[in-house]
Amino acid sequence: MYKQPSFWLTLIALVVFFAFISYAQNNFDAYVIRIMNVAAIYVILGVSLNLINGFTGQFSLGHAGFMAIGAYASALLYMSPELKAMNFFIKPLIWPLNRIQIPFFPALLIGGLLAAGAGFLVGAPCMRVKGDYLAIVTYGFSEIIRVLFNNLQSVTNGPLGLKGLPTYTNLWWSWGWAVFTVFFIKRLIDSSYGRALKAIRDNEEAAEAMGVNLFYHKTLAFVVGAFFAGIAGGLLGSLVMTIDPNAFNIMLTFQIVLIVLLGGLGSITGTVISGVLIAVLMEWLRIVETPMKIFGITIPGISGMRMLIFSIILMISVLFFRHGILGDREFSWQGVISFFKRRQSNRGG
Amino acid sequence: MAILKLDKVTKKFGGLVAVNNVSLELEQGQLAGLIGPNGAGKTTIFNVITGVYRPDSGKVYFMGIDITKKKPHEIAALGIARTFQNIKLFHRMSVLDNVRVACHFRLKASVFSAVLDLPKYAREEREMTKESLDLLEAVGLKQLANESAGSLPYGYQRKLEIARALATRPKILLLDEPAAGMNPEETAELMRFIKRIRDEFGLTILLIEHDMKVVMGICEKITVLDHGCVIAEGSPKEIQNNPEVIKAYLGSGVYARS
Amino acid sequence: MSDAQASACAFSSGGVLMNLTLFLQHLANGVALGFVFGLVAIGYTLVYGVVKLVNFAHGDIFMMAAFFVYYGIVLFSFPWFLSFLFAIFLTALLGISIEKVAYKPLRNAPRISSLCSAIGMSFLLENFAIVVFGGRQKPFYQPAVLNKTLNVWGVRIQLVTIITIVVSIGALFFLSYLVYKTKMGLAMRALAYDFDTARLMGINVDRTITFTFAVGSSLAAISAIFWALRYPQIWPFMGVFPGWRAFTAAIIGGIGSIKGAMVGGFLIGMISILLVAFLPDLAGYRDAFIFIMLVFVLLFKPTGLFGET
Ligand SMILES: Nc1ncnc2c1ncn2[C@@H]1O[C@H](COP(=O)(O)OP(=O)(O)OP(=O)(O)O)[C@@H](O)[C@H]1O
Ligand SMILES: [Mg+2]
Repeated sequence: MYKQPSFWLTLIALVVFFAFISYAQNNFDAYVIRIMNVAAIYVILGVSLNLINGFTGQFSLGHAGFMAIGAYASALLYMSPELKAMNFFIKPLIWPLNRIQIPFFPALLIGGLLAAGAGFLVGAPCMRVKGDYLAIVTYGFSEIIRVLFNNLQSVTNGPLGLKGLPTYTNLWWSWGWAVFTVFFIKRLIDSSYGRALKAIRDNEEAAEAMGVNLFYHKTLAFVVGAFFAGIAGGLLGSLVMTIDPNAFNIMLTFQIVLIVLLGGLGSITGTVISGVLIAVLMEWLRIVETPMKIFGITIPGISGMRMLIFSIILMISVLFFRHGILGDREFSWQGVISFFKRRQSNRGG
Repeated sequence: MAILKLDKVTKKFGGLVAVNNVSLELEQGQLAGLIGPNGAGKTTIFNVITGVYRPDSGKVYFMGIDITKKKPHEIAALGIARTFQNIKLFHRMSVLDNVRVACHFRLKASVFSAVLDLPKYAREEREMTKESLDLLEAVGLKQLANESAGSLPYGYQRKLEIARALATRPKILLLDEPAAGMNPEETAELMRFIKRIRDEFGLTILLIEHDMKVVMGICEKITVLDHGCVIAEGSPKEIQNNPEVIKAYLGSGVYARS
Repeated sequence: MSDAQASACAFSSGGVLMNLTLFLQHLANGVALGFVFGLVAIGYTLVYGVVKLVNFAHGDIFMMAAFFVYYGIVLFSFPWFLSFLFAIFLTALLGISIEKVAYKPLRNAPRISSLCSAIGMSFLLENFAIVVFGGRQKPFYQPAVLNKTLNVWGVRIQLVTIITIVVSIGALFFLSYLVYKTKMGLAMRALAYDFDTARLMGINVDRTITFTFAVGSSLAAISAIFWALRYPQIWPFMGVFPGWRAFTAAIIGGIGSIKGAMVGGFLIGMISILLVAFLPDLAGYRDAFIFIMLVFVLLFKPTGLFGET
């Protein structure tokens, strides 16, 4: 079945990549590993948002909400009962959540599935609501999740959040999920289902007239996108060890939107590149928030500068690089092969 | 029995009655024309048939089934396909993908088997691709299969729209001014083409045209619409000599005044 | 739940008169807040009507206005009323510049681009405010004159509340004069009705859009001042929820309709106040209710109460 050279090339690339990951996990210092973990989570987030916004053309701002659901649901499942009791000192956690503890992987999956359920609920109205309105509804949804999580004290511990989460997330988990996300979504958009999604993006009326069930496919995009956002939320929670509802605010969604815009709406390759780039850049920009000494002059760190620079990049990319790094082009082995062939023939000629 | 039947269909937009109590029947295998001046309500009738608009009153039957309240994609799946007056292709997708989208609703394989490329899906995908390429060949676009649809010249875009509609395996094909923007030779060629696909695919075709002369040559039955009302119906000969039609066409203005 | 029941009980059985005055007090607050939301909502509606863009940055323009007042007083020691006028002027200027920089270049780009630009602008303003003004809450100057409490037949109403209502009504009259009686207003309505045709008919598109943003932003500034007088802590995110509620108000009223924006604003203002007053347990879920209302309106009457199709 898989006899094409691209299959083997991909396989080799994956083996090399995961060999690198396992080397990195054991040898790199914690700081670098952390950035690499964040990069993987950004890749998951960017690619899954691109499925909804870039490939299906449904402008969603709900990703932070889906992440919050995934982060909380998984944390409440993989935390130990003692840890939960320690966290919920104001109002006890409701039964049966206060008793159960399950391993990380199924907890992540359940978090993802719950987020997918929310994705269905949000995706359903998008039959009636389009464009800017959809952006508002999804934005509202993610704010409402935040409001709910701030208020449902006996489930989420309210604004206090959950602290001291065990750190299960490592490079294997994060990059494993990132690779799976890319694989799943790439295969999805290249399949007949993906063509239906892109048709909806290009012309909804025509797609429907050609027999594409709009409701099914739009909710499909939302459900899949929300699932991976939920997974990313779960991974993030266990990476940063502390979650609170207000961490999942609209700023977080904007960051993901920037990843997608920078990578190119409709390009998975571009999103992967920009996800990694933004993770590194955000880390690197911490410099501007810490005091510096240049030529003996101390420059005080300005808190919030990082996000300001970030939002300026967002505006510049929106205004001047509307197609992002790659527009809607994708990496392919054929492309690489023909690129090298061309170079060779150039050199020969 | 008529394959398509409109029964006293009325569609209003606010105060404007775009389609007024229109009844219309299509026989299996017919190549019928729907003509009328600008704003007569022709496109609106297509939109009512294909479920884009719900009529304010009246019913639409397709092979005896009431499809008035069905959604556009359900109607497409039942076997009514259309093209659009202002071409509506999937611009950023390839020519081949445009056609394959229209096969998608027949896909039985689940999302998961599509993502995992399981044999069941792979077989269906191959069939879809083959069928789409055949259709592209039939309309003469096969060599452009991998071009992006938006980059095609105008005439080719019209043909691609027809190929895409055919990929839904329709029983009825609704063509909204397919010859718009074409010169007389191109139009004549297109009309021959339409006749050919009718015979080749065993279709029933309803064709909207602005220009009366164009449809005269190929349509077996013509319905004339003006201000939302059917003002005449019959063979091309009958229509040609109908004074009502001449009046509507020459614009109630010129002749009435002089 | 039990608290809510208790308050409901008190309402029906306890001192009816006292509760009536309490109710009237809340009503007055609700009306004032309704005007505040209504004026912000008009900003959304005007801009959407003319350029068909949800100005995501509108809530942040609102926030900037409050800071302009603050710095007018703190930095330049302007008297408060001068500072208010200065802020309204600066806010109008800000609105105009945002349009010039972030929206105008994308006027012919796909909708999604201008949407992203609007979101980015909102993001930018908030972060700008954090860096330049600081992330902490700042006290908003409260002129002693405005802080008086009047006693109208036993109903205690703050002077601010009354002034809010009076000034808002004045602003509304002025706005309807602008929109329905001036040439500029005619141009706005023409663009809102049919952008391309209006352009072909020789309407100066750029000037009209500039004007629209100026009007919308000034209204946001006025409402920001009243908002800050009522809730005198200002900070970079203070525009988020009022902006969101006002946007909801605009949609509920029917986006594009000034009357609708006002009515929607009232509805949201009343809900905000009455929910907190009478069902304090559920007050935390206020925005969740508003959101559900929004979804229902969008699902079942997407054109809102007064919107045209
Ligand atoms: N969605 C709509 N909303 C409001 N009015 C509409 C709508 N669609 C069509 N109309 C109006 O209904 C009338 C009939 O329009 P329709 O498009 O059916 O005409 P047509 O016969 O196809 O004309 P043409 O030859 O120009 O294509 C026109 O006056 C048109 O303005
Ligand atoms: Mg038409």
